[in-house]
Amino acid sequence: MTTKSILICGVGGQGILTASDLLSDVLLQAGFQVKKSEVHGMSQRGGDVISTVRYGDEVFSPLPALQETDYILAFEKLEALRNIRYLSAKGIVLVNDFEWLPLPVAAGFEKYPQDIVPQLRRLAGELVLIPATRMAAELGNDKASNVVLIGLLASRMEIEEKLWLDVLRRKVPPRFLDLNLKAFDAGFRFRAGA
Amino acid sequence: MAKELLSGNEAIARGAWEAGITFASAYPGTPSTEILENIIRYKDDIHSQWGANEKTAMEEALGASFTGARALVAMKHVGVNVAADPLFSASYIGSTGALVIISADDPGMHSSQNEQDNRHYAVAAKLPVLEPADSQEAKDMVLEAVKISETYDTPVMIRMTTRTSHSRTVVELGERQSPPVPEYKSDFAKRNLLPGNARRRHVAVEERLKKLAVFSDGFAFNTIIKGKERVGVLASGVSYQYGREVFPDAWFLKLALPYPFPVKLFQRFAAMVDKIYVLEENDPIIETFARLALKVPAEGTAPQKEIVGKEVFPLLGELSQDVVRASLGLKDLTPRNAGEGVPGRPPSLCAGCPHTAFFYNLGILKVQSKGDIGCYTLGALRPLSAMDTCVDMGASITVQLGIEKALEKAGKSVPQVAVIGDSTFFHSGITGLIDVIYNRGQSTVAILDNSITAMTGHQENPGSGKTLLGQEARKIDILKLVRDGLGIEHAYEIDGYEVKAIRELLKREMARPEPSVIVVRRPCVLLYRKAKWSPMAVHKETCTSCKTCLRLGCPAISTDVDGKSLINASLCTGCGVCAQVCPYKAIAFVDEKGLHISSLTLESFAMGGGK
Repeated sequence: MTTKSILICGVGGQGILTASDLLSDVLLQAGFQVKKSEVHGMSQRGGDVISTVRYGDEVFSPLPALQETDYILAFEKLEALRNIRYLSAKGIVLVNDFEWLPLPVAAGFEKYPQDIVPQLRRLAGELVLIPATRMAAELGNDKASNVVLIGLLASRMEIEEKLWLDVLRRKVPPRFLDLNLKAFDAGFRFRAGA
Repeated sequence: MAKELLSGNEAIARGAWEAGITFASAYPGTPSTEILENIIRYKDDIHSQWGANEKTAMEEALGASFTGARALVAMKHVGVNVAADPLFSASYIGSTGALVIISADDPGMHSSQNEQDNRHYAVAAKLPVLEPADSQEAKDMVLEAVKISETYDTPVMIRMTTRTSHSRTVVELGERQSPPVPEYKSDFAKRNLLPGNARRRHVAVEERLKKLAVFSDGFAFNTIIKGKERVGVLASGVSYQYGREVFPDAWFLKLALPYPFPVKLFQRFAAMVDKIYVLEENDPIIETFARLALKVPAEGTAPQKEIVGKEVFPLLGELSQDVVRASLGLKDLTPRNAGEGVPGRPPSLCAGCPHTAFFYNLGILKVQSKGDIGCYTLGALRPLSAMDTCVDMGASITVQLGIEKALEKAGKSVPQVAVIGDSTFFHSGITGLIDVIYNRGQSTVAILDNSITAMTGHQENPGSGKTLLGQEARKIDILKLVRDGLGIEHAYEIDGYEVKAIRELLKREMARPEPSVIVVRRPCVLLYRKAKWSPMAVHKETCTSCKTCLRLGCPAISTDVDGKSLINASLCTGCGVCAQVCPYKAIAFVDEKGLHISSLTLESFAMGGGK
């Protein structure tokens, strides 16, 4: 198969690197060659964070190419828009319906765009908005929103559900496992408009 | 053998363990920090420690090597500048046990003040340098570096980059080699670099380089990969991966040991192709050697080969398959859509950061501080905007002294504040402070002490009371050090949350024609946030929309649709700094019944308490 690319983006502290670690592990278990890249260092300081995963029979670059990325999984709406230039023409965009104001916006220097969803809709092959932060909060902890989003991504990829659950069971500490399994399930079975 | 997805830094740590390394030291710095943080996993087999700076870490690793133990030292690229003195001496001395030096470069400057290419150091110090292209190679290169170091009596550098350090790729795990048993034996002729000895050592270094050049020609990781066209790509590090994406049918010469350059191997490669693209990040190092190699007549090499290098590919920033394609005119990177022009999301001081009130006060006093490297460099960004220089580790105090003395000579004076963090002070601020005292300076030096090396992800330091391995350590008390040790009479400690008191102290000390030190103390909020603290809230009727609180740049504060201040309760740590700066007392704690404002609450806060 040709190499596929997934870009995960959001704000530092949202659990992006944990999510891309989970995803990479599942892909490795599924028998693919996997390369994952991330930019961090300032990630705990409210900056934007990107992690990318590429998989296939033989993967060279750990970085996805602009306009050639198959999936964008955005933990925050503005970050989806910032990275949409990576998306391929038929690419799938999965977005947490959640706004986190950047400091320059909060401080009144800049405006948060109001037309993010229409812009994304115009550019994406498929767009799914999911209230992952709210869903995770309803399950008991909004920090599990990353696993809700991974569940949604899993529903769009051709990897059996069991593999995802196995990796979750192996990687998540026991006291958070139940929450995370529920979060995954909620994302996996999510239907837009439901 | 088991396979795992490891980051380049995890792979280096694993390689250190497998290679029988028993000593590791470092000073934290992105993108190198996780190397030592992962080496702690092997603490039964490897002693590891943070140095006060990269120079001390390098010298300690060299000392370990003197005993025959295998040693590794890791740092970011600019850290090698700090450690350059022992690096050059170590090259002359050579290695008894292996000495492996990891330089993690940062092309693209994700979190650095420059993007220097540290392969230049290997050339200048006459050391071999290895450049892994993925995590498997990062692990393999540590094992190779140990072999090369002990076979050729040389320290060996491994050049990582942000991309190789922070990418995860599959690594096959191996067993640990049994480490040599250390024993200190004197070797005056090698290790005491008096000029007479050093002259003889230089001869040995030049001989060593010749042998390493022969070795490089036959090194198994310097590989030719067959292609279908008469096009060649010469590449090192992660650039090789980008090359494979862009040139699927080309021949490749992949260099894991770019210096000493494998001249004969390259000449053989050049004979197979008509045109050679050279892919490397930052400076044209292998390109320069390749061009030289083609000037030397060699059997089987056609005299004219076209080499395409830095006249086409950028010197600046990281490469990627996109950058390579765009450089060759094969891809237009102009976005087909928005994605540009969206508001940026710069990093900022955290909600509850104990540095915020200090920078807010500098703004009120209209002082541009001379800054340093750490979280507090974010005090330079708006709305705090209170730092106009940031040069290198420790430069706040020294740059300020230079400014002061130059102005003084011209009969001028400007109120000056240097700002430095605790870890940076231990790293190289203390020597600058000695210069201030010795040279009769008048600077006010603020040491923002959050008791941890925060920016790189909370590493212990000489002021935190813990070693890298988690053992108790003597806590160096900065106030005592500068007052009782250096004899600075005007040295004070103050709580980072006490807005007004900090301002008064700053005013008084800046006016004083003598050196003074203000230690602004409060542990990093990310580590010591008290879960029980209540968030703050704004009393809407009292708020006049004056936006004073927004000048703190606190990520928890924004405005609502009416322009009134709004505090995000899930981000707020209840530090109370905003309540102190609000001229209308419109901000206070929330109690169980909703909003609760009382002078009692506000006062209990200023005392550093909570609810």
